[in-house]
Amino acid sequence: MSYDAAIIGAGHNGLVAACYLARAGLKVVVVEKNDWIGGAAVSRELYPGFTYSNCSYVCSLFRPEIMRDLELPKHGLQVLPYEGGAVFTRDGGYLATFRDHEANRRELMRHSPRDAEAYDRYSRDVMRHCRFIRPLLLRTPPDPATFRPRDIAELAWLGRKVGEMSEGQICDMIRFWTMSISDFLDEYFESPVIKAYLAVSAIIGTALGPMSPGSAYVLLHHYMGDVDGNVGAWGFARGGMGAITQALTASLRAAGGEVRTGAGVEKVLVANGRATGLRLEGGEEIAARRVLSNMDVKRTFLKHVDTAELPPAFVKRVETFKSRGSSGKLNIALDAAPHFPALPDGAPMLKGDLHFTDSVERMERAYDDWKAGHFSRDPFQDTMIPTMIDPTMAPPGKHFMSCFIQYAPPKIEGRDWTDADRDAFGQTVIDQIAEYSPGFKDRILHMEVRTPRELEAEVGLTDGNIFQGELTFDQLLFNRPVPGYAQYKTPIRDLWLCGSSAHPGGGVMGAPGRNAASEILRDLRAKTEMRQAYAVV
Amino acid sequence: MKDLRHHYEAPLRTTPFHDRIAAANVLNQWGPWAGYTTALVLEDAEMEYSAIRNTASLYDLCPMIKYRIAGRDAVDYLNRLTLRDVARVAVGAVQYTAWCDDRGKLLDDGTLFRLGEAEFLLCCQERHLPWLLDSAIGFEVSVHDVTAEIAALSLQGPCTASVLDAAGFDVSALKPYRFASFPFDGGDLIISRTGFTGDLGYELWIEPALALPLWDRLMAAGAYCGIRPVGSHALDIARIEAGFLAAHADFVPADQALREDRVRSPYELALDWMIDFGKGHFNGRRALLAERDGQTSEWAFVALDIEGNVAADHAILYDGRNREVGQITSAAWSPSAKRSIALAQVRRPHHAGAKGGLRAEIYALRELHYVKLMMTARMTERPFFAPPRRRTTPPGRF
Repeated sequence: MSYDAAIIGAGHNGLVAACYLARAGLKVVVVEKNDWIGGAAVSRELYPGFTYSNCSYVCSLFRPEIMRDLELPKHGLQVLPYEGGAVFTRDGGYLATFRDHEANRRELMRHSPRDAEAYDRYSRDVMRHCRFIRPLLLRTPPDPATFRPRDIAELAWLGRKVGEMSEGQICDMIRFWTMSISDFLDEYFESPVIKAYLAVSAIIGTALGPMSPGSAYVLLHHYMGDVDGNVGAWGFARGGMGAITQALTASLRAAGGEVRTGAGVEKVLVANGRATGLRLEGGEEIAARRVLSNMDVKRTFLKHVDTAELPPAFVKRVETFKSRGSSGKLNIALDAAPHFPALPDGAPMLKGDLHFTDSVERMERAYDDWKAGHFSRDPFQDTMIPTMIDPTMAPPGKHFMSCFIQYAPPKIEGRDWTDADRDAFGQTVIDQIAEYSPGFKDRILHMEVRTPRELEAEVGLTDGNIFQGELTFDQLLFNRPVPGYAQYKTPIRDLWLCGSSAHPGGGVMGAPGRNAASEILRDLRAKTEMRQAYAVV
Repeated sequence: MKDLRHHYEAPLRTTPFHDRIAAANVLNQWGPWAGYTTALVLEDAEMEYSAIRNTASLYDLCPMIKYRIAGRDAVDYLNRLTLRDVARVAVGAVQYTAWCDDRGKLLDDGTLFRLGEAEFLLCCQERHLPWLLDSAIGFEVSVHDVTAEIAALSLQGPCTASVLDAAGFDVSALKPYRFASFPFDGGDLIISRTGFTGDLGYELWIEPALALPLWDRLMAAGAYCGIRPVGSHALDIARIEAGFLAAHADFVPADQALREDRVRSPYELALDWMIDFGKGHFNGRRALLAERDGQTSEWAFVALDIEGNVAADHAILYDGRNREVGQITSAAWSPSAKRSIALAQVRRPHHAGAKGGLRAEIYALRELHYVKLMMTARMTERPFFAPPRRRTTPPGRF
């Protein structure tokens, strides 16, 4: 029994790639080491009656072109936009966000009348950067070192796009890609809490501080998604983030593809420089004309491919590819909604993201702890209660709370995390929330604490890096993951990368999986129905 | 709202005149304007328009953004900010003006009231506080948003001088673009001979607490001629007839344009008459000089007379060879000029009488289907309607 394609990892990108290949008529199998599908886009019942989005927790970046191509709505995917959100300040106040422009402006005005008006200019400028970058997401990056007509044409296309900009905007764009989010925000705002709120998007999942150069681009990465065309908006997948991978699995099966769980890969089989299949941990071998790895580039080549088959310079590059873990997660089942006395009764803020860090300086100090090899003693959180909107994830009146935490290093002062470290990390987070929400601790029914150790062990993310490699400019576009190998191909023929280590990176976007499938089908000259990226009108 | 945290419960605020306007708004048609609820139509847009041109109309101007600019360097500061020479504005006078970014692209237009030697009120459509504050670096001047501190009312129409007289305010000596102060109910009422209709009319500025008594006084004084409150739809027709630009209709403010090719210079919006290169440096001066000397303007802003009787809203303009050369930005059937009128951005040199003329591609939706019309568009004079009564001082008694 031989497959046209075997895909390692039933995360969203592996499934997206599998769906496209299966729909083009290829015989496809996805193998997953866990007993459940989903990778980092999962819904799991870790406490009776509660659905946990225990890894990724919000949805915006997943490309609508893919949802449509793969008929994910038909297979059960619903994405719900959310409103609300607030950052609590140490003086007992808060800054909230609102979808309504006027309400949002008045809220900003409470903190700074000048910033309230500057916000529109800021939004416009960020949107300008989005408009440039978004069309790149569903395109294979050109390799600037080759002289193939296709690469030259793609470079020319990029050049034309740059050429459409004014000199001033080209300068702004290059500055934006290289500067820190703190410096970027200082150009618009004066209020510390407004800057703190906006800075979060630039450091989520990234081993950078808000004052590190390059962090501004990460903000863009979190801005360029949309919910139904509303660029920058975020939503919940109804039923948790696993709803995305469940819909993908249903779509895959409808197209004749297979998914096998509990099937961890031991080795990618290589013969004469080309991949020929997989050997599973139990010893079973699966023959396949090609192998796609949804694992990150480090895990793929340093753990599951015989390095003797690889060019040493490539191996070295893979080893030094930055995938430093920086974040952890608390997933909590709550007996009742938490109460925050700072908020007006009945206020909508709890339906959105909650933060407890009211200045960029505090975030940077949290990063200082990470640099010293310790989790942040005063961490920042991006905390959500999806059950405020999604009625399917907890019994009525009870809630699931997802706390994304930074910073947590891959190792504690150079040694592995211990259970005691993990528990101390969890306690730090709970203590921080309880400062703003008396009685919070008493409402906890169950709690899962995940550090980079757990993220690597369970989800397979090297060092717990949620993007399968940092989204810094040195690791983007034709340099992601390794110069010369940005087009989803690898030094081993018929072994492809389809995960977030490849362009355009992480964030439950699905684009790497789609683009990898596109390259394979292009090589096969196979007919496929793959929508081009929606035009940025 | 005492506790400001609860602002989100009413994202659109009501103006100081709201109680009266709500009572008059029998159609209950409201629209948002700069964070306020404002009437689009109260009873009948055509009759409301007719009041503007025939008798007297009241329009709630409260949401208009107002900045108080004061301090020793106020004149120098405003000269640096705006295109025109502010030193020429006497105390008690109003200047219609505009301002640009450093690249010489229009940010907004508005009216500048000189309240004192070193005190001004700048009224405009858009919010500009960060720009105004950044431009104030190095000047001894303060800039404050006073929008909520002043209730403003536009009284427009041929009978308005008579109405004001009947209300106890003698404005017979007030020339266009001048204002004067009158005592009212223990407060100060400022009346300026300004407006957005290109007709005889006044704007009234009062502290919010006296807004409703002022409204009542004017409605009573104008009862003889059938004064009526009007909504934005009626005013907009008068605005187009008067040939005034509106932000987001006729131009995109340069600091809000997402698409870089949407910004326009004063030359491209026919506001170049305002530019005073002799007054010293001002924001955008170098860019505008270069544009003038290099003749690099790409667009022109024109008034069009459109064949037929269908308003040409948002029509694309074509030259004689069927190439797109522009876009209509505002359009209306003009009841006063009895023609279909339009304001448009046209790519140069097509503004200077293109061969074969321009044609407007109009889609008239009639019973579910578009009727596509290609109508000749002829350059014409702006304003489209300019009755002599708008300038006569003392104003006529109608």
